[in-house]
Amino acid sequence: MYAPSFDYHRASSVAEAQKLLAANPGAKLLAGGHSLLPVLKLRLAAPSALIDLGRIAELKGVSAANGGVRIGAMTTHAEIATSPVLAKSCGIVAEAAAQIGDMAVRNRGTIGGSVAHADPAADLPTVLVAVGATMEIAGAGGATRTVAAADFFQGMMTTALGDGEILTAVWVPALGAGTGAAYAKFAHPASRYAVIGAAASLTVKNGACERAIIIVGGVTATPTALPSVAAALTGSNLSAEAIAAAAGKAAGDLTGDLMGDVFASSEYRRHVTGAYVARAVAAAAARAR
Amino acid sequence: MSSRTFGSAIRRREDPRLLTGLGTYTDDLSLPNMAHAAMLRSPHAHATIVSLDTSKAAKAPGVLAVYTGKDTAPALKPMPCAWLLPNAGLNIAEYPLVALDTVRYVGDIVAVVVAQTPYQAYDALDLIEVKYKTLPAVVDPEKSAKGTGAPIHASVPGNQAFKWTVAGGDADAAFAAPGAVVVHDRIIQNRLIPTPMETRSALAQWTAATGELTLWNTTQNPHIVRFIGSLVMGVPEDKLRVVAPEVGGGFGAKIAQYPADFLTCFCAMKLNRPVKWTETRSENYIATTHGRDHVQDVALCGTKDGKITGVRGTVWAGMGAYLSTAAPGIPTILHGLMLCGPYLIDNVKEDVYGLYTNTTPVEAYRGAGRPEATYLLERLIDRFAHAIGKDPAEVRRINLIPKFDNGHNVATGLTYDSGNYHGALDKIMAHVDYAGLRKQQAEARAKGRYMGIGICTYVEVCGLGPSQVAGAIGFQGGLWESAIVRFHPSGKVNVFIGTKPHGQGEETTFAQIVSSELGVDVNDVKVMHGDTDKTPMGWGTYGSRTTAVGGAALAVALRKIKDKATALAAHLLEAPVEDMDYADGRFFVKGAPAKAKTIQDIALMANVAWNMPAGMEAGLEASSFYDPPNFVYPFGAHVAVVDVDPATGAIDLKRYACVDDCGPQINPMIVEGQVHGGVVQGLGQALWEEAIYADNGQLVTGTLMDYAIPRADVLPEIEVLSTVTPSPHHPLGVKGIGEAGTIVSTCTMYNAVVDALRPLGVDTVPMPMTPERVWRAVQTAKKGA
Ligand SMILES: Cc1cc2nc3c(=O)[nH]c(=O)nc-3n(C[C@H](O)[C@H](O)[C@H](O)COP(=O)(O)OP(=O)(O)OC[C@H]3O[C@@H](n4cnc5c(N)ncnc54)[C@H](O)[C@@H]3O)c2cc1C
Repeated sequence: MYAPSFDYHRASSVAEAQKLLAANPGAKLLAGGHSLLPVLKLRLAAPSALIDLGRIAELKGVSAANGGVRIGAMTTHAEIATSPVLAKSCGIVAEAAAQIGDMAVRNRGTIGGSVAHADPAADLPTVLVAVGATMEIAGAGGATRTVAAADFFQGMMTTALGDGEILTAVWVPALGAGTGAAYAKFAHPASRYAVIGAAASLTVKNGACERAIIIVGGVTATPTALPSVAAALTGSNLSAEAIAAAAGKAAGDLTGDLMGDVFASSEYRRHVTGAYVARAVAAAAARAR
Repeated sequence: MSSRTFGSAIRRREDPRLLTGLGTYTDDLSLPNMAHAAMLRSPHAHATIVSLDTSKAAKAPGVLAVYTGKDTAPALKPMPCAWLLPNAGLNIAEYPLVALDTVRYVGDIVAVVVAQTPYQAYDALDLIEVKYKTLPAVVDPEKSAKGTGAPIHASVPGNQAFKWTVAGGDADAAFAAPGAVVVHDRIIQNRLIPTPMETRSALAQWTAATGELTLWNTTQNPHIVRFIGSLVMGVPEDKLRVVAPEVGGGFGAKIAQYPADFLTCFCAMKLNRPVKWTETRSENYIATTHGRDHVQDVALCGTKDGKITGVRGTVWAGMGAYLSTAAPGIPTILHGLMLCGPYLIDNVKEDVYGLYTNTTPVEAYRGAGRPEATYLLERLIDRFAHAIGKDPAEVRRINLIPKFDNGHNVATGLTYDSGNYHGALDKIMAHVDYAGLRKQQAEARAKGRYMGIGICTYVEVCGLGPSQVAGAIGFQGGLWESAIVRFHPSGKVNVFIGTKPHGQGEETTFAQIVSSELGVDVNDVKVMHGDTDKTPMGWGTYGSRTTAVGGAALAVALRKIKDKATALAAHLLEAPVEDMDYADGRFFVKGAPAKAKTIQDIALMANVAWNMPAGMEAGLEASSFYDPPNFVYPFGAHVAVVDVDPATGAIDLKRYACVDDCGPQINPMIVEGQVHGGVVQGLGQALWEEAIYADNGQLVTGTLMDYAIPRADVLPEIEVLSTVTPSPHHPLGVKGIGEAGTIVSTCTMYNAVVDALRPLGVDTVPMPMTPERVWRAVQTAKKGA
């Protein structure tokens, strides 16, 4: 597998990366390369240049910030999966990161690359929408802006990132007492990407579910909320029966165009999503209590 | 240091270099002034080439040459098929190295580019302009027989490559017998992609001054490459050297001869400089042979009390667009002759149709024909057991051939060498506590859990094989093996073998054989293979034959050495040869072991030759060309235990246990490793692997992101047990073990899953049993109920 030729630039700061982007029309940012390089090697894309973000220190690391956790765009899935800060404040993100691909993929792939690429079968977009994450974006002129995760993912491999913009970090809120969140995944046996990914975030008060957020990915082009499931859970006691009844509504919420391929058709995905939702909800309920 | 290493689980000497990245594979090699080839492959499954313009590519940076069929056809003979199946109306279509006017599968070579770097070669591929007129394609062998698509080869009516029949007894009468219980099944043997870690690769060096060509090639059989290569390229066999360095997995796909390898040679000869070609992974998936691909319509009949009386069927075997090297023998000889399995079945009949399709050629893939036989039989037996209301293990017990030590004839005409099938069945049932498992299953079912147990018994034919038989069945080569044993003056030993280990560990096990037979330290033996200029002729590694045949050759050569050493020791000890005794590498006069000559003493004295008996030649070296009198027939019994979730269709493999009998084990750790790998590859077919073609002939599962191979983290600990039944005819009693696991694990897994879902009314699930397919089988059964 041989990529077509391209120029290579290594940026040492976000500002420099922006300058390089402006100076090289048709250039692409390079993070872990785990999505970008296969596309090049299959000769499905031929960018004029790659701008490597790998040496920009300010884009790396996980730290507590503003009542939540700030994750630099160039933080690898492996670091996220093992981050004690995340485990404490918003464990579902680490839980999802730990299920990405295999060890080699987690050691190279980054959260920034994953969300910027916005593969429908990726894991992090689903959980980031479920926990209400915020994307930090550096604009072309040096301006920065933030976009809520729910607004960030706009379509299959399409995001709110504009030309010349660089995603700098993802901020996730701490879940807080009484809130539990969990992610359940049906991994494709070859790629390990999510055929179905289900994230549940539940807030429990006095044994009853006060608030439920249910987001699925893999089955849909972008992370998608299941409102009927959430509604059925809200006010329930989260018993096994209540969870099963609520999860049974998942197929009814999945009405639009669904993902499907030779391995798992859209019809199949639609019907079994509920089973994974039930698992995520049960795990989230146990954590919330 | 003890010399009794036969039977000890010593570590593989191959592993340190392989595990530390120090193995040298073909693509690791580099020669001065080396250029790189890339193949332009057809993007269409069936099309005529309207026009082909290479002029832009020829002018691209770094490009040295662009060749098309017009250039290669005059210089290279078409690829030969080397298994000329008799009595089958074999119709071999011409297989040009580069397509001339028609492309017949996605991957057919249309042009070759040679450039200074691989990047430049691939850039230039994009500049070749080809206009195609597409033709209708067919990918399914049964549909090919029915005339779907456009005829693939003008010379082949009905796309039929052959029709072959196996028959023994009177199957039709057995099925018509009053009271016969008949079960029927339609089975799709999913097409598999072998996926060796090392893709194929060739490096060719031409020495114009001497007319000598060296080809480094990742192959399971370098001497066959030399033989066929000389025919295709016209380079005399004595001037063609084929070297197979480290080979990173073959699984049958590296038996076949391929156009690209010889085209690489052609480029080197034309350009008079070394040329290398290495497949990309995507290219490997379309250009390297696939395996299996049968549609089977089969039936079994028996009595109400469980006696199997007949097996009958029709098979449509997909051969791909051209007949690959050994392809016609795989779904016929290696499949149909095994239809009796380990059972007393008197009546069998099967018609096998080989069909051309617009797909990658199909060849041997681990097990090669035998898994397809074992699978259909074991699946039918479970159906039969269910139909007559008997336990599947019990039905097997009723029908197994009783223990035999030296020959048992079956209805297909084969003579099995030795077997103790009940022994294997008893051992596995005791090990897993079969009755206990059935009890657990009943409890699980009562709680709404879907637990399943699969149990299968099998026998397979391997150690290919007697050369006379090879000739009779149309195999265009011999099937003997060779070994040269050379003792150096210091007592160290080199063994040169004609066959080609590539992961099976014979560098270790063959050293163990030498050590055990002649008492030298196992570390004093080095086993050399894979270079036609340095090793004796041999036919390669496949059909679990390297130890079964090559190991026998080695044993015979060692016994010649021992005879000579005994005679020389007698001479040196001034005793008659008849009075000599031997133990543990020491030769002595009977009753006087203290005054012995060691094998090292003898090696020195034979090499210096100061004092040889009259008429004895100097040196301590012997060779053997061993042609086995029969095949060998390993056997065993496997059990799988699963839980199936009907809501998602997910299968959880809880337990996998096996008893395999390959005779005496030279190295039990290596046997265990072979069983592991084999079992896992068979599970791959059952659960994950399938080359899916769209109707237009595009390979949909064309990358490792789509085509799922088994991974360690989704498998349970495999419990490996064995029994030991020596082969009566092998000098060491050993049988092959490379393919056994693959041959039986697919059906064991299948039977477990169907067993789990029986309470829901499911009686079949297509392979691979993906969650969706299991889920659909459950939905269909629910609707039917
Ligand atoms: C075998 C394999 C298995 C995988 N399995 C999974 C899985 O199970 N689940 C899952 O979620 N993912 C999976 N992935 C994807 C992987 O985890 C990476 O997240 C993904 O490939 C993208 O991250 P990256 O750092 O490699 O980005 P790159 O490939 O370098 O970049 C991807 C895209 O994002 C752009 N980009 C990168 N960084 C930024 C930035 N800071 N700002 C703006 N644009 C940017 C790039 O220009 C490019 O277009 C798998 C990948 C492979 C190869």
